[in-house]
Amino acid sequence: MTNHWTDIKNADVILIMGGNAAEAHPCGFKWVTEAKAKNKARLVVVDPRFTRSAAMADLYAPIRTGTDIAFLGGVIHYLITSNKVHMDYIKSYTDMTYLVKDEFAFADGFFTGYDADKRKYDKSTWDYQMGEDGFVKTDPSLENPRCVWNLMKAHFSRYTPDVVENICGTPKDKFLQVAELLASSHTPDRVMTILYALGWTQHSTGSQIIRTAAMVQLLLGNIGRAGGGVNALRGHSNIQGLTDLGLLSNLLPGYMTLPGEKETDYDAYIAKRAPKPMRPGQLSYWQNYGKFHVSLMKAWYGNAATKENNWAFDYLPKLDKTYDVLQVFELMHQGKMNGYIAQGFNPLNSFPNKAKVGAALSKLKYLVVIDPLATETSEFWQNYGEFNDVDPAKIQTTVFRLPSTCFAEEDGAIVNSGRWLQWHWKGAEPPGEAKTDPEIMAGLFLRLRDMYKKDGGAFPDAILNLSWPYKVPYEPSPEELAKEYNGKALADLADPKDPTKLIKKGGELLDGFAQLRDDGSTACGCWIFSGAWTEKGNMMARRDNADPFHNGQTLNWSFAWPANRRILYNRAAADPAGKPWDAKRKQVWWDAAQSKWVGSDVPDFKVDSAPEDGMGPFIMNPEGIARFFARGMMNEGPFPEHYEPFETPIGVNPMHRNNPKATSNPAARVFKGDMEAFGTAKDFPYAATTYRLTEHFHYWTKHVESNAIIQPEQFVEIGEALAAEKGIRAGDRVKVSSNRGYIKAVAVVTKRIKPLKVDGKTVHHVGIPLHWGFKGVAKNGFITNTLTPFVGDGNTQTPEFKSFLVNVEKA
Amino acid sequence: MQLSRRQFFKVAAGGLTGSSLVAMGFSPTAALAEVRTFKLARTTETRNTCPYCSVGCGIIMYSLGDKAKNAHAEIIHIEGDPDHPVNRGSLCPKGAGLLDFVHSKNRLKYPEVREPGTKEWKRIGWDEAFTRIAKLMKEDRDANFVAKNADGVTVNRWLTTGFLAASASSNEAGYITHKVVRNLGMLAFDNQARV
Repeated sequence: MTNHWTDIKNADVILIMGGNAAEAHPCGFKWVTEAKAKNKARLVVVDPRFTRSAAMADLYAPIRTGTDIAFLGGVIHYLITSNKVHMDYIKSYTDMTYLVKDEFAFADGFFTGYDADKRKYDKSTWDYQMGEDGFVKTDPSLENPRCVWNLMKAHFSRYTPDVVENICGTPKDKFLQVAELLASSHTPDRVMTILYALGWTQHSTGSQIIRTAAMVQLLLGNIGRAGGGVNALRGHSNIQGLTDLGLLSNLLPGYMTLPGEKETDYDAYIAKRAPKPMRPGQLSYWQNYGKFHVSLMKAWYGNAATKENNWAFDYLPKLDKTYDVLQVFELMHQGKMNGYIAQGFNPLNSFPNKAKVGAALSKLKYLVVIDPLATETSEFWQNYGEFNDVDPAKIQTTVFRLPSTCFAEEDGAIVNSGRWLQWHWKGAEPPGEAKTDPEIMAGLFLRLRDMYKKDGGAFPDAILNLSWPYKVPYEPSPEELAKEYNGKALADLADPKDPTKLIKKGGELLDGFAQLRDDGSTACGCWIFSGAWTEKGNMMARRDNADPFHNGQTLNWSFAWPANRRILYNRAAADPAGKPWDAKRKQVWWDAAQSKWVGSDVPDFKVDSAPEDGMGPFIMNPEGIARFFARGMMNEGPFPEHYEPFETPIGVNPMHRNNPKATSNPAARVFKGDMEAFGTAKDFPYAATTYRLTEHFHYWTKHVESNAIIQPEQFVEIGEALAAEKGIRAGDRVKVSSNRGYIKAVAVVTKRIKPLKVDGKTVHHVGIPLHWGFKGVAKNGFITNTLTPFVGDGNTQTPEFKSFLVNVEKA
Repeated sequence: MQLSRRQFFKVAAGGLTGSSLVAMGFSPTAALAEVRTFKLARTTETRNTCPYCSVGCGIIMYSLGDKAKNAHAEIIHIEGDPDHPVNRGSLCPKGAGLLDFVHSKNRLKYPEVREPGTKEWKRIGWDEAFTRIAKLMKEDRDANFVAKNADGVTVNRWLTTGFLAASASSNEAGYITHKVVRNLGMLAFDNQARV
């Protein structure tokens, strides 16, 4: 989230789309009802189903799954044509005046530079015009046809209310009501928040959906403001923390990236990631990349990382491509992987096309499952009848299952969606011989290190030189690990303004990332977490819940990254002169007397930079502003465009009927074999989507007695019209099938799913909750991901779980 | 011995009913039969965070055992933390059922192995588990580690073993996991954020 949970109460308008906060984040949703009760806020919900969030809404609009770019594009069109934008905000804080290269264009569904065979773009035309001064050229008069504002207006001129109705199935009058309500937040005294979740991320165009929403919020001037923002409601209790720590194929902690194999020069590797300001007077904070990177390598390799060896640059594995889960299971399926370790994750249930995933696992030499519960993945080799019809004799994988502790049996911190690092304490011993995850990682690592010490082997250097300073080597303590990611001084640090004074003595914990250096004198395991455990103590364990400004800002409860800033980009809550846009919601402002920014939050800004110096609020961007035009940073294009899900119920992209290659995301990666596994509307006429229930959490809570009791049995939801068509009554068992397999479940027949009129066809949605499997205390059920397609978002490779085609018949 | 109702509640909350008082012969009157000991009175409160969704609700866990070395701490109740600014003491059906997660009959207790082609689990010790797994990892890494790519560039990567990390594990667990996994040269490495 750019903002956080309690901040939601400050909103005047709340849009829940691509998510269902009332059912998936019930205790967070309390702040929506608080906003309605105390702030007269209006709630808008846009969803294929009339969910419990919709039941609380002032306005509900139905939408066909996977068409959110068309809907939001229609909102952008409405805002621009009715002039309901916060003009002063976007003039100063966005790229609307920036000039784009003349060669950049969009036609027939493709941007310039498309290679249809490679399914990739040459993005060199997707960029700014640069001036001789080395800065981006701008036209503040907005008359130049190449300025971003004009290009954007032209791009979205095609997303009229009629087009929205045709693609999304949303009745035009409903769409316009929604657009009007969202538009009401464009004035400085009103603000809207957008709450979204996996209904936006789990699409082949997911990243661009979210981008479109961010563009809406920029047009309305809602970024950086209390009650505003673009707020991802994440799925797991520490998925934010694991993302921040970079446990993804191509990342390092703190959103740094691994080198590609073409990046053989260390200085060039750093320089590429440390852009200089592209407009005068901007901070471009990633300029400090070298400090973050060197400090990380010092944390990992200690004295083995030196200036001479480029801080152990060669110890880092270099990428030839991203090895995301879809890529990995594709390789596994081809027999190219030998081993896999699944720590607290259940891929057989969680990844698309369960048949393919099961077949892939069967080809492994060894699988290690580390979990507090007995998962389906750990027993992928066992026959469970129709639920898992395999022959163990044919599966030669050695499977280890290691018991781990759960949350209640350890100390540590987890990060909520609002970026708060909250410490928790151990309350009980684990059952049996279960060990904590750090103990298990230590157990494996120390044995490997001993083997490499004794016997040598492939490239042992990194292993032998990994810094392992823990008091009890096989039991690194949470406190030691937290201090390591906070960072410390490795030598006395002199104050750059007065070298006779010391900021830190060698060995002391750092106060924050501003103290990091690139000369090897600091170590820090995760720069954005710096400040979490300082010489003052464990900031994450703080429990002062005081909210002195009555705006939900509890600055002394836990520690938020970065630097305890609770609302990101909060400089944008004040106008270019440093005065709050809304006098009633002051938030962060310039205090001339003190020559600094002050307020109810830690300023997300250079605290002593005066407004007249013109530094922009988006300090991580080299331009200092937020981008409507994404340059080359997205794979499909610098502007979002509607593309159909790969399994489309209408078989055509109404925006580009004459270009079949532009039906679905032209830049999405599709493996051979998976393209063939897509179904068509001829055999699978209904638009399926998947989601959670309030009573269950993924595949865990079917092991939990009280939750299994309140939701014991697998069901699917179909609308009354489809049920009548198929002769299905509530309670009947139905078979739901896709081109990849089938599930059987009880049919729930509901008024809450209505057929939609889309491009002249009737589209029925089928709703499929995901919580069942063949292990647990609930009734055994089928794995929902038996049905889903093996294709991901064009940028992140997040699978398209939310839009695919099925058939439904009585079982 | 006659206790006023007020005195009795003081005694009952202190957990002495049915033990020392009665043993000493100071058996209170019939009021005793109507009152149970407040079951949380002898527990230790520990603060934690719900492990399910990303709201991060504060919870209070109540465990038996006074943290003495021979007292095996066991959680008997979990409820919302009223001091937490976000959930303010409330929990959703998942959080409210946390006790049954901690005590699920499907909690894993011992390392196990399933040998190739077989249908059952075999219990093993941690030492055997760590040693066998490390051997398999080293074998695979030594055979398939790519020190230099086809162009002679140093890449130091290991692609034939992958790792999935847990999005409900703590920062500390995630940090040490990343440190170890990347150190071994792995690129086939993700967590739930990918999906």
